[in-house]
Amino acid sequence: MWRRSKHACLRATQFAKLLFSPHLADSSYLHISTGLHLPVLLSADVQSTCNAGESTGIRIVCGVYMNWKRPLNQQFWKHWQRGLATSPGATKVFRDPRFAKLEESDMQHFQEIVGDKGVIVDSSELEVANTDWMNKYHGQSQLLLRPQTTQQVAEILKFCNSRCLAVVPQGGNTGLVGGSVPVFDEIILNLGAMKSILSFDEVSGILVCEAGCILENLDTFVGTKGFTMPLDLGAKGSCQIGGNVSTNAGGLRLLRYGSLHGNVLGLEVVLANGTVVDMLGTLRKDNTGYDLKQLFIGGEGTLGVVTKVSILTPPKLASTNVAFLACEDYESCQNALKEAKKQLGEILSAFEFIDRPALDMALCHLEGTRDPLPSKHNFYLLVETTGSNEAHDKEKLDAFLEAGMELGYFVDGTVAQDSTQAGSFWEIREGISEALVKAGAVYKYDLSVPIKSFYRIVEDLRAQLGNAAVVVAYGHLGDGNVHLNVSAPKYDEQLLAKIEPFVYEWTAACKGSVSAEHGLGFMKPHALHYSKSEEAIHLMEGFKKLLDPKGILNPYKVLPACAATSTCFVSV
Amino acid sequence: MKIMVAVKRVIDYAVKIRVKPDKSGVETANVKMSMNPFCEIALEEALRLREAGHASEVLVVSMGGTQCSDTLRTALAMGADRAIHVSTSHSLFPLTVAKLLQALATSEKPNILLLGKQAIDDDANQTGQMVAGLLQWPQGTFASKVQIDKETVGSVTVEREVDGGLETVKLQLPAVITTDLRLNQPRYATLPNIMKAKKKTITQITPEQLGVQITSDLEILEVFEPPKRKAGVIVASVDELLDKLKNEAHVI
Repeated sequence: MWRRSKHACLRATQFAKLLFSPHLADSSYLHISTGLHLPVLLSADVQSTCNAGESTGIRIVCGVYMNWKRPLNQQFWKHWQRGLATSPGATKVFRDPRFAKLEESDMQHFQEIVGDKGVIVDSSELEVANTDWMNKYHGQSQLLLRPQTTQQVAEILKFCNSRCLAVVPQGGNTGLVGGSVPVFDEIILNLGAMKSILSFDEVSGILVCEAGCILENLDTFVGTKGFTMPLDLGAKGSCQIGGNVSTNAGGLRLLRYGSLHGNVLGLEVVLANGTVVDMLGTLRKDNTGYDLKQLFIGGEGTLGVVTKVSILTPPKLASTNVAFLACEDYESCQNALKEAKKQLGEILSAFEFIDRPALDMALCHLEGTRDPLPSKHNFYLLVETTGSNEAHDKEKLDAFLEAGMELGYFVDGTVAQDSTQAGSFWEIREGISEALVKAGAVYKYDLSVPIKSFYRIVEDLRAQLGNAAVVVAYGHLGDGNVHLNVSAPKYDEQLLAKIEPFVYEWTAACKGSVSAEHGLGFMKPHALHYSKSEEAIHLMEGFKKLLDPKGILNPYKVLPACAATSTCFVSV
Repeated sequence: MKIMVAVKRVIDYAVKIRVKPDKSGVETANVKMSMNPFCEIALEEALRLREAGHASEVLVVSMGGTQCSDTLRTALAMGADRAIHVSTSHSLFPLTVAKLLQALATSEKPNILLLGKQAIDDDANQTGQMVAGLLQWPQGTFASKVQIDKETVGSVTVEREVDGGLETVKLQLPAVITTDLRLNQPRYATLPNIMKAKKKTITQITPEQLGVQITSDLEILEVFEPPKRKAGVIVASVDELLDKLKNEAHVI
């Protein structure tokens, strides 16, 4: 029996070496000894994530192929099965054995830090916190913590770091790449209880608040003072500002107000070892030293936990106009964008794109929506202007609409006559995501591509998939960001194989981004190399090691090296 | 058959209303204005009646300052054939509006006068009833369904929403109908129509030309915000509740 196994083992080893050799400096890194250790095979699309410099052995993301007839022992099997990530469509990962398991003494310690209110072990609450918004990723955390102050966050992290307990920072849990839910039994650190607004300067519009404030609430608050939040997204009723900052959320108004990298003036973060770093400046200009906060904006909770945010809010302008326009072909959409920038220029605040299948999806699954236009068209544009003078803005908008109609850019359209109508147009655009989730399984891709190629990828993917699924596209045409979604009755590995890596390769070919605003989370670390160079990825890994040497913050996510955490040798 | 629709320009329903510091009224400067939602429903009903072949012309009317033309343009963009603007800078109250509408109805001779049941700024719910009285026309208010039977010429059936439920009345034309929320969902004004509306004429007319004197029979004394709701209190026991009801709220 052993001899047969040994033979199979050696065969697998040879095969693995063949796969690995381009990446290995020294093939002796493959410490395969027979009997106790299992050789593993790589799936093709993660070869490039292999990190040859690691002295702990090859870290790989893989499925395990076994050649022998009986398991070595029962305990091993259990360990292996538990190690597999549970969701379909996710790469199979092992639970990192370096992380400790939660014990009773840990629970007591947490109770001392956050009190009874802050420790949640109720199974129904845990289930909600363990599941992502798209119901695609399901974690197995046994503990949810809700700290109320930064000090508590610091103490929690210091303790977890010392015990090597993995932690997932969580806000509104509305992320779309599985970055806010545990993969295995990581402790969920939910910041929702830290929701105070600390200060607001009515002259400069600088708002300082805690990370757990819900975006819509902040918008309402600054709205009463005559200001508006610089970002707006469909999830605003649930998403929290800490999460927005950690994912560098884009949204509908990036075209007008720019990204969070520009609007966030300061942060207070807690590092993995419990150190509180106060960078909570409220200054518009501050060139003193390296701008560290930029690392945490978009860091997806892997470099530190954001606990306070200082953000610049623009004044809320009185006059808003929303137009819903129909175009026959994509070329007209591009021309309309050019014309809008020319004619509407400084008052343009949103330029969104919706294709017919996306509109159908929204009308079908969202209650109370109706087609704004009497007949069906191929493409739709949602154009919004925001300015200080109603009469001037109406004039500019009229000029744009007349020019567009005359030049044949749009074939039909409507302008919202009151806020109810404007709201209904936005409801359609903001609700497409929700409609897709209601329709069944959805594979989401969020790509930045040159505006010229924006729709070609949709057409190519449709040709590729045929009748297997419905491909819809919508997005921020003004920013060159297309949300490509594939809707199918249920998640299916075969369908996924047709979509990936086709979509990523297509994007890489035109030097686009495989994740324009959604981030990498759990879904896309393996695709990072399509958009970033090896050297850049290496540097990112360096920062991760520096700020979180034990890797306890949001493990298995963002960086390819972190996604492929376990050693390929599971010792029993 | 001709249908006349009266529309009012009001503060957009989604705007947060602020009271002027001198308490003489609400802030209207630099605030988004739009057509009263119930007037929109009335206009939509008129357009549907015309599309069904019951009417040949939809005439829309508004009263007030120069900005009324915005509201009338919207109405024309939705599909009205003609617009009349009664221009005046005086503040108008329901009885005055009713008198002006009476004068217009006498000259234009519509078969149906459609209005929204009330305006969202004053919530008066008086104009429709008053003009029906002045014209001595039958009225069907709070309409949730309007039906014209091709057979029985000269009458309209209106289903009204009343406290007890639904009441159906048959009115001899000419009649006044005021619309309620569930009557229809107004259409969006499409671009080609918005462009066409720019070329349609808005007839300007003054109250003097209509022979109506604008007298304010009402005077606004003061406008103030309602008192802020006090936070609720959670009581620890039934005894405490009884005590509070007796000694603080004085209800038992």
